[in-house]
Amino acid sequence: MIPAPRLKLAGITKRFGDLVANDNITLELQAGEVLALLGENGAGKSTLVSILFGHYVADGGTVEVDGRVLPPGQPKSALAAGIGMVHQHFTLADNLSVLDNVMLGTEPLWRPSSRRRAARAALLATAARFGLGVDPDARVGDLSVGERQRVEILKALTRGARILILDEPTAVLTPQESLSLFATLKQLVAQGMAIVFISHKLDEVMAVSDRIVVLRAGKLVATQATEQADKDQLAEAMVGRAVPPVARERGLDVDLAAPAARIVCALHRAGVRGAGRNPALVDVSLQLHAGEVLAIAGVAGNGQRALADLLCGLLALDSGTLEVLGRSLPARPRSWIDAGVARIPEDRQAVGSIGELTLWENAVLERYHSRRFSRWGLLRSARARDHARRLVEQYDVRGAGRDGLDAPARTLSGGNLQKLILGRALSGVRYRDQGPQLIIAHQPTWGLDVGAVADLQRRLLDACARGAGVLLISEDLDEILTLADRIAVMSRGRLSAARPREAWRLADLGAAMAGLPGAAASAAAPVDTHHAA
Amino acid sequence: MRLEARAQTPAWMWLAAPALALAFTLALSALLVAWAGAPVGRAYALLLEGGFGSRFAWAETLTRATPLILTGLAVAVAFRARLFNIGGEGQLYAGALAAVAVGGLHGGSAFAVPTGVLFVAMMLAACAAGALLLLVPALLKSHLGVDEVVTTLLLNFIVLLLVSAMLDGPMKDPAAMGWPQSVAIADALQLDKLLPKSRVHTGLVIALVMAALLSVLLRQTTFGLEIRAVGANARAAAFAGLPVRAVIWKVALLSGALAGLAGAVEVAGRAGYVTLDMSPGYGYSGIVIAMLAALNPLGVVVAAVFVAGMLVGADSMSRAVTVPTYIADVIVAVSLIAMLVATMLAQYRVRWR
Repeated sequence: MIPAPRLKLAGITKRFGDLVANDNITLELQAGEVLALLGENGAGKSTLVSILFGHYVADGGTVEVDGRVLPPGQPKSALAAGIGMVHQHFTLADNLSVLDNVMLGTEPLWRPSSRRRAARAALLATAARFGLGVDPDARVGDLSVGERQRVEILKALTRGARILILDEPTAVLTPQESLSLFATLKQLVAQGMAIVFISHKLDEVMAVSDRIVVLRAGKLVATQATEQADKDQLAEAMVGRAVPPVARERGLDVDLAAPAARIVCALHRAGVRGAGRNPALVDVSLQLHAGEVLAIAGVAGNGQRALADLLCGLLALDSGTLEVLGRSLPARPRSWIDAGVARIPEDRQAVGSIGELTLWENAVLERYHSRRFSRWGLLRSARARDHARRLVEQYDVRGAGRDGLDAPARTLSGGNLQKLILGRALSGVRYRDQGPQLIIAHQPTWGLDVGAVADLQRRLLDACARGAGVLLISEDLDEILTLADRIAVMSRGRLSAARPREAWRLADLGAAMAGLPGAAASAAAPVDTHHAA
Repeated sequence: MRLEARAQTPAWMWLAAPALALAFTLALSALLVAWAGAPVGRAYALLLEGGFGSRFAWAETLTRATPLILTGLAVAVAFRARLFNIGGEGQLYAGALAAVAVGGLHGGSAFAVPTGVLFVAMMLAACAAGALLLLVPALLKSHLGVDEVVTTLLLNFIVLLLVSAMLDGPMKDPAAMGWPQSVAIADALQLDKLLPKSRVHTGLVIALVMAALLSVLLRQTTFGLEIRAVGANARAAAFAGLPVRAVIWKVALLSGALAGLAGAVEVAGRAGYVTLDMSPGYGYSGIVIAMLAALNPLGVVVAAVFVAGMLVGADSMSRAVTVPTYIADVIVAVSLIAMLVATMLAQYRVRWR
């Protein structure tokens, strides 16, 4: 007799209003197997996992563990049945030790003393069994991101998890850390663990999983054994159509060493103090030329936000110098906009747009006060709407619904909102048909579906080909390797030297992202390595 | 139980929400009316008649509504920019004092200028007093992050004590037989009556014009866009280059000016002088009215008339049946809560599970 699968989802359906987030999804997970849940943002992966974990109640269908149906909507029974979850954003207390974090919430509140010794022994035993080395007394705040993730996994394991769900686990890791995570996962399944690995990155899914399930628009569209899977087919299943790859076709056609290569943005030994104990930026130097894409790689939280804020005119330097398009600019966004800097913020909903305002108001938000759109303090809304209409057409912004330009911006999907923001940034007032000279793009394609990613990347490259210097700050190495001419790496507030893309090996990038000593040496080297090259 | 956002709210729901809220309010208040021992149907009939049932009733209601419209507008414009001005009451009194200072001291002859000019100066002084009073909390908020709810609220009490000091000191009316009241503004500065043999005065026109102007300002000017942008998402507004701090200061000046104007209009349209009880909480009622109107300037007019009608109607009802006038406060308060819940239910559906 075939044993019951470790985990079984039968006919799970979940609706939010008219939106069907999960449509009759059935899947099984065996012990000793890594199942990859592949799908774009909004495909229904998170909803499915939330149902599995009891955060949501499904409108239909059941969750079974070892053949027993779980009561819906009870995270407690999911935990008791051995479902453990590792969230993309860790749920650890930075100021507590590893042991404290693992124990947190496991002990009854009324017990007068805590059983630290037993918990410690259990933690060490689990760690030894699965080969996950940690120091139980280390403060979580002092650990690297990869180590923190290991603590999260240990936390789930010591609570008796037999089914481990990892939500986009590699999003915060360096390439090396990802490889080490994959090794850990192999070890876990070898000992009979069952793992659900959620991702939208094809390569890592191919590398780590035994079976792949593809979700699209709430439906299960493909199930394949990883051995027999074909990458292009999977991509097509995920997106629903073939997606031509974006590539930096022509090489860099400006000779950066030539005196004619115009520098559009230069930082020299820039320092920003930041809010916490650690400075946000330390001695950051960079030079961005017209016509090139300079990418800043790095793991989240290493100073990219401060750099982006600095280059968007939101933050003032505490030390060093800054020169933009031949002059220094004050920390005042309007000065930057007027100087002709196109800025794309990381958070399109909270910073890039105002959801309550209409689409056309958002389209002119950076320049409503210009003479083109206002007179004597009155908005020339007909002109503003015309402008917005052109942007919507030119940048293919869809989904505003029947209200059109009068729909609130929050009704747009992330991709369409980002297209609108890009259009707004690239059609600034001072460019005189030439387009912007300098583009600051912070995570411009984060969380977008493949089609929108390709569209946005192409438009950035087009602007670059028309002569703009593009500073791309991204945590997505694939994107950086696709778009960049030169790459520099941020780690703990410091920026490495920028080197041509070809000069970086993946291993070097990973080491630099992790802030390892070898990378520190290259960071100390002069910035303009291309002069030497 | 949990709430799920509706993908789209049907139009009928937007219409049904206020109607249902009103029905719920009246049903709930009916319990209190019955408890007070009065026949519910008759009490409500008297309430409506007293508020809206005759020329006289309308005149009284509109007289009451005049300062309420102005304080409601003051709150609406400030709340639109997320400047939570709870100090309308203090700004109203500051405006009233300023009006008396310009138009009342030395028998209104402190300044040797034509009456028309003096009238305008009196109104502007009231606006300036209210505006400057709110500017201080706004500066504290924008520069030091001091919560304006606390500062504006507490300023109300400080201003009231100042009024008290003025009414017993420099502005004391010697002819008032020891009552704490200020000297009156000159007769020529008082607002004309709109209807003969009633108390409705041209201040209503001023209030209505302000509502119309504010409506245009919010919808069709760059400043209006700035107010709405800063209120909806100050971070995004700052990123897009809006002068967020300056917007907050300007809104503070505007809001305070409107509340100050309410004080001057009340002085010039009613008694002509300031007393310590000239406002039965018009500044606070302005918050309720602005929220009832969903911060819409034209809605403020409707909400102010509704609230004024309830207050006036309850006065007249309580004379006929044994229901205390406080029923008006209950009705207004419940209607606000019911309205907020109804609009929320129009946007979200409740799931019981």
